[in-house]
Amino acid sequence: MLNPKLKLNPKMFDEDVEQTPTRKGFGAGLLKAGELDKNVVGLCADLTESTAMNLFADKFPERFVQVGVAEQNLVTIASGMAAMGKIPFCSSYAMFSPGRNWEQIRTTIAYNDRKVVIAGSHAGISVGPDGGTHQALEDIALMRVLPNMDVIIPCDAIEAKKAAIALAKTSRPAYLRVERSATPIITTEETPFEIGKAEIYWLPDVGLAQVGIIVTGGLMHRALLAAKELESEGIKTKVMDLCSIKPIDKNAIIELAKETRKIVTVEEHQVAGGMGSAVAEVLAENCPVFIEFVGVKDLFGQSGTPEELIEHYGLGKDAIKEAVKKVLSRK
Amino acid sequence: MLTEDKLKELEIKANDIRQSIIEMLVEAKSGHTGGPLGMADIFTLFYFYVLKHDPKNPEWADRDRVILSNGHICPVLYATMAHAGYFGVEELKTLRKFGTRLQGHPHREYLPFVETSSGPLGSGISQAAGMALADKLDSGANTHRFIYCFISDGELNEGNSWEGIMLAGKYRLRNLIAIVDRNNIQIEGDTENIMPLEPLADKWRAFNWHVIEVGGHDFRALYEAIEEAQAIDEKPTVIIAHTIPGKGVSFMERDYKWHGKAPKKEEAEKALAELRTNRPK
Repeated sequence: MLNPKLKLNPKMFDEDVEQTPTRKGFGAGLLKAGELDKNVVGLCADLTESTAMNLFADKFPERFVQVGVAEQNLVTIASGMAAMGKIPFCSSYAMFSPGRNWEQIRTTIAYNDRKVVIAGSHAGISVGPDGGTHQALEDIALMRVLPNMDVIIPCDAIEAKKAAIALAKTSRPAYLRVERSATPIITTEETPFEIGKAEIYWLPDVGLAQVGIIVTGGLMHRALLAAKELESEGIKTKVMDLCSIKPIDKNAIIELAKETRKIVTVEEHQVAGGMGSAVAEVLAENCPVFIEFVGVKDLFGQSGTPEELIEHYGLGKDAIKEAVKKVLSRK
Repeated sequence: MLTEDKLKELEIKANDIRQSIIEMLVEAKSGHTGGPLGMADIFTLFYFYVLKHDPKNPEWADRDRVILSNGHICPVLYATMAHAGYFGVEELKTLRKFGTRLQGHPHREYLPFVETSSGPLGSGISQAAGMALADKLDSGANTHRFIYCFISDGELNEGNSWEGIMLAGKYRLRNLIAIVDRNNIQIEGDTENIMPLEPLADKWRAFNWHVIEVGGHDFRALYEAIEEAQAIDEKPTVIIAHTIPGKGVSFMERDYKWHGKAPKKEEAEKALAELRTNRPK
């Protein structure tokens, strides 16, 4: 059942569930952060509308910097503004930022410990028809490897809004990964959100779970559908929202692994170096258990609808169920 | 206007800083020599005459900002800051050693008096432009401090440099002043052979900057150029300073091989002897 303590969206499993892209949640959160603190500034590399920064740019034109198609400039200008006390948010597509400007992020933001929020939109395979050049499947790995850098991946637009507001108040640089396609609304305004804290969204009605499913990003809805169907098939699971890849909630992950001894990780990213790897690092050291990784397996993406691509690359509901059954069979 | 007395004081100071550069590099056994010696006069003029700063209160909010983009010439930055009183001159001999605040390339977490960490080339102009933009946002037309960015000619090979230059032109950042160390060398040879930069002044002009060209070892001309840059109201200014790499040590001058190596003991002794002989009386 859905965790009653978290006040999740009761209409989540309805046919006509509300769907919004997480990038729109980021845009709404940035606008709110800008209203709360006049030091918040927005920078964009010629993708203001598609990264949803237009809400902020329209309301605060004097605090918006259009840098043109120049992602290396995007983050280095932001670093300079942070040095003077501003709280810069810079947005582009994840493939270009942090895809193209990684060294500038490393040296001028992470190494320099400058508080800049890098919003990478259009991350993952669900970018769809733009094809493989535009589908960032490596960005979690690129960013979580950087010292000082937080990495946050919301599961829906409401969580994305809360994340943007929260990130404006921390002292650390951060990467906020959001997606292009609309995904179902899973949380509500009342659902708790804290950077560094993982929450259990789904749990068995009674007794212990047999498998722990750890999810990051917009695949959450598919994971919850899988958990619901597995329950009717007699397989008890817990589904965890791991929105914060860094800092990572070690205790919650270890607790889940101790209960189930079987883990499945789910993400729109290469299996190598992504969220699943981060979970495996925690568990290998503290509580070694069987793990199955649902993610892209050392391949580039291609054109197609988000649905077609998610199915083709084995990231959909059925693939998640299959992974659960596979990990359950391991002894 | 620089008085005769001040001029002499600066010449003596620059000579002392060059000696410190040689002493720290021979002790470190690695590091860059040509660039730091070539920029010693300019750094001396800034830290002992131009900058609004307080070495005893480095966090002073209204201070001018100095961004060193080409971090590899940090021996001149460290030596000048030590002579200016930011920290003791004896600390210079810890350059590049384990546990030092004087990292091989500047790291602002180790040495908080530097405004940014640098080393990877081409990102300084953008950071300085970001600072100038933020300052303009806070202070409007009344901004009374300057953001000075020291960059090398070789790092103008980097695309990121030109992205920052383009943005500064767009936003007419009058509080941003760039100083190019035009010494015509980079690590593997002459700039014009490796990747020609000329016509360099025209390039900056085309990006909507005010351009001043000046000799990099003439304190009076340099100071006049800085005064002109500060007075330009409608755009950022670049001072292209023609410097001699290795300046002050005759066997190092203009030789690109001294760009990226430190002197050995005998070479350092020879260099120091020449500098001491030429120290103004």
